[in-house]
Amino acid sequence: MSQAVPSPAAKPRARITAVTSGKGGVGKTFVAANLAAALARQGERVLVLDADLGLANLDVVLNLAARVTLHDVFTGRASLDEALQSAPGGFSVLLAGSGLVEYSRMTPEVRDKLLDVIAQVRPRFDHVLLDTGAGISDVVLFTVSLADEVLIVATPEPTSLTDAYATIKVLASTQAARPVRLLVNQTQRRSEGRAVLAQLQQVLDRFVNPTLPQPLKLALLGEVPLDAAVRESILRRQLLLESLPGSPAAIALAGAAAKLLTP
Amino acid sequence: MDPTAPAAPPESAGHTAGPAAALRLETALALLRQAGQAEPAGPPGSPAYLQMLIDQLVDLSSRDALTGLANRRTFELALAREVDRVARSGEPALLLMVDIDHFKRVNDSHGHAAGDLVIRAVAQALTDSVRPMDLAARIGGEEFAVLLPNCPAAFGPQVAARVRQRVARTEVALPPEGLRLSVTVSVGGAFAPQWVRSTPGIWLQRADQQLYRAKGEGRDRVCLEHAAVFDVSALERDMLLGGHPIQEPE
Repeated sequence: MSQAVPSPAAKPRARITAVTSGKGGVGKTFVAANLAAALARQGERVLVLDADLGLANLDVVLNLAARVTLHDVFTGRASLDEALQSAPGGFSVLLAGSGLVEYSRMTPEVRDKLLDVIAQVRPRFDHVLLDTGAGISDVVLFTVSLADEVLIVATPEPTSLTDAYATIKVLASTQAARPVRLLVNQTQRRSEGRAVLAQLQQVLDRFVNPTLPQPLKLALLGEVPLDAAVRESILRRQLLLESLPGSPAAIALAGAAAKLLTP
Repeated sequence: MDPTAPAAPPESAGHTAGPAAALRLETALALLRQAGQAEPAGPPGSPAYLQMLIDQLVDLSSRDALTGLANRRTFELALAREVDRVARSGEPALLLMVDIDHFKRVNDSHGHAAGDLVIRAVAQALTDSVRPMDLAARIGGEEFAVLLPNCPAAFGPQVAARVRQRVARTEVALPPEGLRLSVTVSVGGAFAPQWVRSTPGIWLQRADQQLYRAKGEGRDRVCLEHAAVFDVSALERDMLLGGHPIQEPE
């Protein structure tokens, strides 16, 4: 996957991954941004789309000024090209901007505008990461429905686990079957991520899978250890992979990104 | 193509009825007669005649022969269309699964002819209790489905209750003594996930689960999936968190 720059003709459609969590504050945007940086480092053309229309914060994580935003594209004040920004990690971003509160409820208009943006960016990238909002709002569910695969970010905390489970359950019970992978953030022991996965799978097998036309099998994309380097990079508003690439968390994220390349 | 010309025998096809003589219409026409439909008007073989024949056959193959309701095939088409529409418009849509309670007993005690009458009466009650835009279908022996486009969540319980009550109030007169029989139905329902492209199979399954719940809770009742079905139950939470953290055997 690291040979020549892929041409649009060879790879016309980006693979779209929805990054979602259920609970907020588990590091979803942090994970999306650093996965994007890791993918970009491997020569992939990556876009992170801030789909948290109500409470966007990709700009904060990346220390970018949201000059031209999705909001401007939606209202026709700017073209998509004007809104696409380069982020420090060598990938592109489409920032939502805080003016999008009016789009935080689903309407046919929001739907059509988002579909239009996705259709336009798809041929231009290898990977599109949709950084969705937290919770299970209709905007989040709609955004996730646009993706080819779903990445659930969770921490081993009970509230995060429960919300991750609820999200997986809703997706499995209402949307067409797609691969769902799990990234466990802030693990404190080796293999804690695998244990979290097993726990989620066990409850899914018992309560959700019997009700589905085809059972859902979660896969583990990676586990990122609790690491002081993460806090440091966030406070500095830098990508972990840029500022502290040798840290355990950065190494884990790079490993997860490599797995993201193999669907 | 003179309609007054005598029909040519099949062997000499061609000079009077044109291509019509080469067509094998007998079975189609017999089916229409059996269903009580008039033979298409106009000269046999003319485009107008054939179009009408096709329309009649399409109608025939989309309906359930016993009840005249939409059949399973039509229902599945409509369901797929509705899933698509809801994904685009975000409009709420409700799917009800309706099953006659203890139908086997009706057949066993009163015979299959009585069973047919009951099925027809239930079909009529379904049609009478929903809007013209809704689609009532017979999708199995004693199983029906009603698809209600643009049905807000708040109206779901009312609509489903009306369907159930309407059937319960219906009396079926059985010949020859005019014995009056009434039946009840269990109703399960689920709303389509709005905005997202789901699948008809998932929707059907969710409504079906509610029907099983209604049966399990004693029949003659309505169970709708609440919007809060996505809540995590105490049981699920316990199982999710109870075993956590797990020590992995190394």
